[in-house]
Amino acid sequence: MNKPKITIIDYQASNLRSVQKALEANGATTQISDNPKTISQSDAIVFPGQGAIDPSMKKLNEKNLIESIKLYISNDKPFLGICLGLQLLFEFSDEGKENCLGILKGNSKLFPPDVKTPHIGWNQVEIHISNPLFNGIKSNSYFYFVHSYYALPKDNKIISSKTDYGVEFCSSIINKNLMGVQFHPEKSGPNGLKVYNNFIKFIKDGRM
Amino acid sequence: MLTKRIIPCLDINAGRVVKGVNFLNLQDAGNPTELAEYYDNEGADELVFLDITASTEKRSIIIDVVKSVSEKLFIPLTVGGGINKLSDIRLMLQAGADKVSINTSAVINPRLISDASEFFGSQCIVVAIDVKTIKDQILTNQVTTDINIDINSNWEVYTHGGRNKTGIDAIKWAKEAASLGAGELLVTSMDTDGKKEGYDLDLIKTITDNVNIPVIASGGAGQLNHLSDVLQYANADAVLAASIFHYKQFTINEVKNYLSKLKIPIRLN
Repeated sequence: MNKPKITIIDYQASNLRSVQKALEANGATTQISDNPKTISQSDAIVFPGQGAIDPSMKKLNEKNLIESIKLYISNDKPFLGICLGLQLLFEFSDEGKENCLGILKGNSKLFPPDVKTPHIGWNQVEIHISNPLFNGIKSNSYFYFVHSYYALPKDNKIISSKTDYGVEFCSSIINKNLMGVQFHPEKSGPNGLKVYNNFIKFIKDGRM
Repeated sequence: MLTKRIIPCLDINAGRVVKGVNFLNLQDAGNPTELAEYYDNEGADELVFLDITASTEKRSIIIDVVKSVSEKLFIPLTVGGGINKLSDIRLMLQAGADKVSINTSAVINPRLISDASEFFGSQCIVVAIDVKTIKDQILTNQVTTDINIDINSNWEVYTHGGRNKTGIDAIKWAKEAASLGAGELLVTSMDTDGKKEGYDLDLIKTITDNVNIPVIASGGAGQLNHLSDVLQYANADAVLAASIFHYKQFTINEVKNYLSKLKIPIRLN
């Protein structure tokens, strides 16, 4: 597989083009889609994030995407959730009334009142356990964050990095082929592009 | 640790970058795509584009500029100017913007802030506020609302690129915008803008003391200590500057090294 086919899930409220061009800059073939069939036939899924929980879950529901995403992940195919795309993997979020996908145990919480929310800007990512996304990236490198809520996984073992903002929160997860990052690699300059490059390598290695 | 952001601002007029003094006397300062690429390579933390003469017929120009700039840009881009409704925001995001800045339309219709932040998320919505110090306190017989200027007000909000007085108190409006769901405030002092004599520290400090969302300070950067002052003493989360960067008085790197030596948290390359 020279050029893995990556589908970026479209749920209407995201910075899709930024994610797409960051993947393309690393030599991937991408398509933006909200079609469950397209998703099931992809080599990998990127679930981008920006937007709010409830409208996003409603869109996913309307487009019949929830079951196909769950099936895709349960088949252990490469999946990368970004920002809201990470938070939606858990059971629920304090941000919304809708249930999230519930693929991982845990929820998303608002930052404590002693820090400004949203958490906006470049912050350090301290790597805790090996995650192929961070290959060649030093611990405590800077990435760009924009979010008010953070994921709180029940299972500590899936937390691959932490970031400090009032609390030490989970800034990335890995559970076999399921990965998620709270920061925006597509907005994090050379380090961010490296994360996408690593994801593409991971897809190729895992499937060849 | 979260770092303070250094943000070059590109005022765009008919597809070119321009710079004025006190919002007037516009001069050409370059090609937006070239400047954006240059600042990205230099280590800028974000970029802001303000379409300063936005109108319906010129809308397509800025969209084309955003498209071509964002193709090569891997840092956040905020676009403002003439954004009046949710579909305008959607268009900008599709063109490659990460955030939008709304100013006049938010004053006219504050519900735009809540609607936009509900749909796109607060992180996407920057409320820009243009402010002037109130010199002669004349309370006109405008319709009184909770956010109007009163006897204790020091700063007034202006709209339409600084042309129109609103009778609104800047601090009250900042709090209102934050409570409606703005993700950030971009505060420009029209008194200090373009003069290169420093940011309005009182104004920025009063606003950072009164809201719990990030505040970007704008208007007046001329020397390196102006930037450190507004970050340290007025507690701004980010600084916006235009002419010091466009005319290469300082590079982003020089600014960042200077601030870093003062122990201000900065992302260095």
